[in-house]
Amino acid sequence: MLEFPKWKVWLIASVIAIGVLLSIPSLLAGSPYSDAWPKWLPQYKISLGLDLAGGSHLLLEADANDAQKQRLQAMEDSVSTELRRDPRIDIGDISTAGGRLSFLVRNPAQVDAAVEHMRNLTRPVALTGNRDWDVSVIDSTRVVLTPTRSGTAQAMKDAMSVARDVVRRRIDPGGTKEITVVTEGNNRVLVEVPGVENPEALKQLIGQTARLEFKLVDLSANPQDVQQGRAPPGSQVLPMADGSGFMAVKRRVMVSGDQLTDAKQSFDQDGRPDIDITFNTAGARRFGRVTQENVNKPFAIILDDKILSAPNINEPILGGRAQISGNFTVQSAHDLAVSLASGKLPVKLNVIEERSIGPDLGKDSIHKGVIASIVGTLGVIVFMLVTYGRFGVYANIALIVNAFLILGIMAVFNATLTLPGIAGFILTIGAAVDANVLINERIREEVRRGRRLLDAVDSGYREAMRAIFDANVTHVISAGIMAYFGSGPVRGFAVVLLIGVVTSVFTAVYFTRMLVALWIRRTRPQVLPI
Amino acid sequence: MKLLKLVPDHTNIDFMRWRNLALVLSLIVTAASLAFTAYRGLNLGVDFVGGQLIRATFPQAIDAEQLRGRVDALELGESSIQEFGGPKTFQIRLPKPEGSAAASNVAAVRVQQMVESNYPGAKIDAVESVSGKVSEELARDGAMAIILAMIGISIYIWLRFEWQFGVGALVTLGHDVAMILGFFAFSRLQVDLNVVAAFLTVVGYSLNDTVVIYDRIRENLRKYRKMAILPLLNLSLNETLARTVVTSISVLIALGVLMLIGPEVVFGLSIAIFLGVVIGTYSSVYISAPVLVWLGVKPDSFLKTDEKDEAEAQPA
Repeated sequence: MLEFPKWKVWLIASVIAIGVLLSIPSLLAGSPYSDAWPKWLPQYKISLGLDLAGGSHLLLEADANDAQKQRLQAMEDSVSTELRRDPRIDIGDISTAGGRLSFLVRNPAQVDAAVEHMRNLTRPVALTGNRDWDVSVIDSTRVVLTPTRSGTAQAMKDAMSVARDVVRRRIDPGGTKEITVVTEGNNRVLVEVPGVENPEALKQLIGQTARLEFKLVDLSANPQDVQQGRAPPGSQVLPMADGSGFMAVKRRVMVSGDQLTDAKQSFDQDGRPDIDITFNTAGARRFGRVTQENVNKPFAIILDDKILSAPNINEPILGGRAQISGNFTVQSAHDLAVSLASGKLPVKLNVIEERSIGPDLGKDSIHKGVIASIVGTLGVIVFMLVTYGRFGVYANIALIVNAFLILGIMAVFNATLTLPGIAGFILTIGAAVDANVLINERIREEVRRGRRLLDAVDSGYREAMRAIFDANVTHVISAGIMAYFGSGPVRGFAVVLLIGVVTSVFTAVYFTRMLVALWIRRTRPQVLPI
Repeated sequence: MKLLKLVPDHTNIDFMRWRNLALVLSLIVTAASLAFTAYRGLNLGVDFVGGQLIRATFPQAIDAEQLRGRVDALELGESSIQEFGGPKTFQIRLPKPEGSAAASNVAAVRVQQMVESNYPGAKIDAVESVSGKVSEELARDGAMAIILAMIGISIYIWLRFEWQFGVGALVTLGHDVAMILGFFAFSRLQVDLNVVAAFLTVVGYSLNDTVVIYDRIRENLRKYRKMAILPLLNLSLNETLARTVVTSISVLIALGVLMLIGPEVVFGLSIAIFLGVVIGTYSSVYISAPVLVWLGVKPDSFLKTDEKDEAEAQPA
């Protein structure tokens, strides 16, 4: 028991010193003294959860129907492009009904060639041995492309990682804010933005797919047919964004928003808000060529399958710059510009969970939480003192050290403190003394059995250790499961409990044991004050 | 300094004498809790049933009926309005909207606008909107977590002790969880994600007590091989009584403070854990220990098989 080598004392003391040192920046945060902390000392800080700092939490889910639609559409575009190459294969009756893409090959002799082209368009899906589309032929001239399960999954995975980056660029174009944007599961993106004043604006930014396309207006279409939703072959009917009816446009995309390098909100000559866009080299060349070939024809500017406007091409636009006009306010033009500049979302995202906390509520919670922590700790300290005297003092020193260690470890791992986390902290304070209670009661018992002082202390620590270990494993199991299944605030609670279990065993068992051993060695007491 | 001894040195309380009475009592309360929960249901928050919640703090106390009227006038479906922690803060709950996810936000925004235009100076503290899909997942994950924690801990106890102790732990946990469920069904306190955290904590802490007592029972079973099981349980319970009382009180001090002066949002969590500690202390004495008697734990339960043969060969 008294064998407490110097190196062990130093080890325990330095662990504690480091823990306290690491916890101080977090404790000073927000106080006038935070600048007084020397810069050469560790600067780790605990981050505050949204429920304490205020802010918005949004869980977005990819719209599976939209994902399928976009994928079919993209495939349709590549099929058209591929088969238009030399030797050209004429096709007709392209259909995307039933989640499959199919088309007729006009010349039966070219069916095999068409299938060969299609095979080249499909790609193997990593690790599965499957390709992303199945190619088959029915009725001897109709080629059918069916998305495979693994292909769809891979496409969704790719789309989600692009979506994550796009969302991040839209919320934080400068890349300076402390926001969290992560993918969750197969088809979700979690967005956490601290300190948002207006969550609605945030959702506006994310809610827009921002797929921009330029297509030629189909002037051959019969206006009556168009209003009833019927378009000539090779064309499609789209609604006007302002709700003023429908228009037929050619299916083929002339230029798309993918070829933009920049978009900015600006004003047209009449002072109405519009958006200036700049194409990249390839986009500029293509835009120039198409406008050259179609002077004096109207072309439609289409955003997310709605026609913003359909101006006339008065002259070829060769500089790679254009303006998009529509029925904009300054704000909506600005939002659209940000969305266009950040690229289109590969899939439409729906908000399926939203939590916004005002900053004042968080401050109030921190204030009440801190007071409750201090009062609760004092209450436990007084109770330990009157119950165990000198041994209670040791338990209390361990308790306070424990509190610092928990904060220090949370700071190093940049853990997030949530409101339930504060509750977990207080709970840990109350429960951490359990180890000391077990030890002290065991020592009392051994003393009553007539053991000599040193034996009593020694077997008190040894015998209690078993129960302390088993009891703490039960906490680790429940807190671990909580951390695994829980979301946000609850996970914060579990993290505090888990850290608290580890630190409390260290402080309550090893640290107090050292204190007791040093005291006995120094004073050689005859009776135990317990 | 005279030290406080809440439990005298040599207690000899015959806990096991009332074990049948306690069992009947526990069975009745557990059955009543479960029946009550099934019959009246829990007051589930938006986390578990979906919908929207807007929490607003007004500059002065307001007329709840008037606020209700104004919310109803928006015709957003069946809403409910509750005071939250004081007469100035109210919680407005709206049902899950039919149709698309976007519609849900529209309703919350309309309530927000109504509050801001009718009550100058009012602050929107929090807006939560949870779709049906997410709420189903949260409910499923929550239930799954609680059940897994119960089973996981019981398996650990089984591995560390004997199978009877594992069963005892599981029965004890079932008892505690059922009672807290009954409490929430009875008090109509809102069950949200935090309360699930509370359940898991209770599962961990209730077993803390049980483990300490089981550890002592195991120790005594090895030490006093010839003692009958009932006196041995009584001895173990008496020996650990002081620790049980002191630890429970220190946890209750901390939680009591949290409940009384802590943030309102965690009230449900702290009251559930507070109650769980009280119930867990009772059940560690009157459920976990007697279960061992009914499952036939004997002094030789901890002997290895060959030692057991030896013990049987020698007439006691």
